[in-house]
Amino acid sequence: MIAIVNYSTGNIRSVENALSRLGAEWMLTSDPAVIRSADRVLLPGVGHCGEALAALRATRLDSVIRDLRHPALGICVGMQMMCRDTSEGDAQGLGIFDAHVRRFDPGPADKVPHMGWNSIHNLEKGLFKGVPGGSYVYFVHSYYAHLCPDTIATARFGEREEMFSAALKYENFYGTQFHPEKSGSVGETILRNFLEL
Amino acid sequence: MLTKRIIPCLDVKDGRTVKGINFEGLADVGDPVELGARYALEGADELVYLDISASREGRGTFTRLVSRIADRVNIPFTVGGGISSADDAAALLDAGADKITVNSAAVRNPGLISAIAGRYGSQFVVVAIDARRGDDGEWHVTTHGGTRITDRLLLPWAREAMERGAGEILFTSMDHDGTRAGYPCDIYRSLASSLSIPVIASGGAGSPDDIADVLTIGGADAALAASIFHYGDITVSRLKSCLAARGIPVRI
Repeated sequence: MIAIVNYSTGNIRSVENALSRLGAEWMLTSDPAVIRSADRVLLPGVGHCGEALAALRATRLDSVIRDLRHPALGICVGMQMMCRDTSEGDAQGLGIFDAHVRRFDPGPADKVPHMGWNSIHNLEKGLFKGVPGGSYVYFVHSYYAHLCPDTIATARFGEREEMFSAALKYENFYGTQFHPEKSGSVGETILRNFLEL
Repeated sequence: MLTKRIIPCLDVKDGRTVKGINFEGLADVGDPVELGARYALEGADELVYLDISASREGRGTFTRLVSRIADRVNIPFTVGGGISSADDAAALLDAGADKITVNSAAVRNPGLISAIAGRYGSQFVVVAIDARRGDDGEWHVTTHGGTRITDRLLLPWAREAMERGAGEILFTSMDHDGTRAGYPCDIYRSLASSLSIPVIASGGAGSPDDIADVLTIGGADAALAASIFHYGDITVSRLKSCLAARGIPVRI
């Protein structure tokens, strides 16, 4: 069973639908016991990272997530929350990934949010098994995680082609800055890989 | 590298697709879910569904349809048509829409943009703007399908929409819409360079070259089209090959 962590009112329908399309059983929950005993944990996230962290801490789920032993995947702001800190609301993160989250510094012709389909590179096996380097996935975000030893996929932003972390991994924890649930068949492969880790 | 997006637009009336050709192997082109899934398979980057139902019953049908689309389609989709309050937008979010688009209602009540973006984030709000070039050479914002000219001008209104929290601007020239004679690239270029959010071009495409022009000369980030796909003039995948051949980054 997959636990989708329910800590705020963000839209998680697309994550639920993607799991259902893969035939997976999931439960939307904020119950620490259910989250601890789940085979897989998904931490979705949309909106403001600082506020999302505050909501997570208010429900005391931050320490539950940090102590997980089974594979856990943070998506978008869910991944950002697992980093050391974020400049969005100047908040401390869960400190799982050794990365800082900062706002993109756009050049004159760049658009923020970084929105649309971008290619991912330097892919590590495991989460990206069967996904060729240069595959396209869907991003919507204004903040990004720096490259760090936990980086398992990279993408580039803007006219300066600055590289950032498209995905992170530390022990049993995974994070994707992009939305696998909205990334067509490539995204489905990545989600299936996560379920089969 | 971030790619330029190609976005088929489907008009829906009382739960059925209004236009659409007979794809091989597609049993029911009138089913917006089947047609959308087919476009997604062909390489569409996103989909837009516009509800053109006039009746209250039609609108209820549309919300249920959005939920079916969300179940089935594995790429982002935007819905619009008749959204005039943050609660209307909330119902569509709950049904599973990734983004909503507002047009006339935002011109009437610009606070609507801030209200929806404040609750659900800028990434959820696409502000659609229809405009015509007047005899004075200025682009005037219109409402109600281009039939009513307002006292707003395109560039200031687009900037205001952005400042109020719009995540993207979808601009249609009502002088070009339906003509299939190409886009007014000069005004797209002005719009794209004066905004720090993506611009989606809509209305006027007759050929792949028109779309290539608006994405390069016009500086648009995405192109939305209806007729050229629905009437089978060109498929999404063929269009993307043409764009790639002109050196435009697209997802293939």
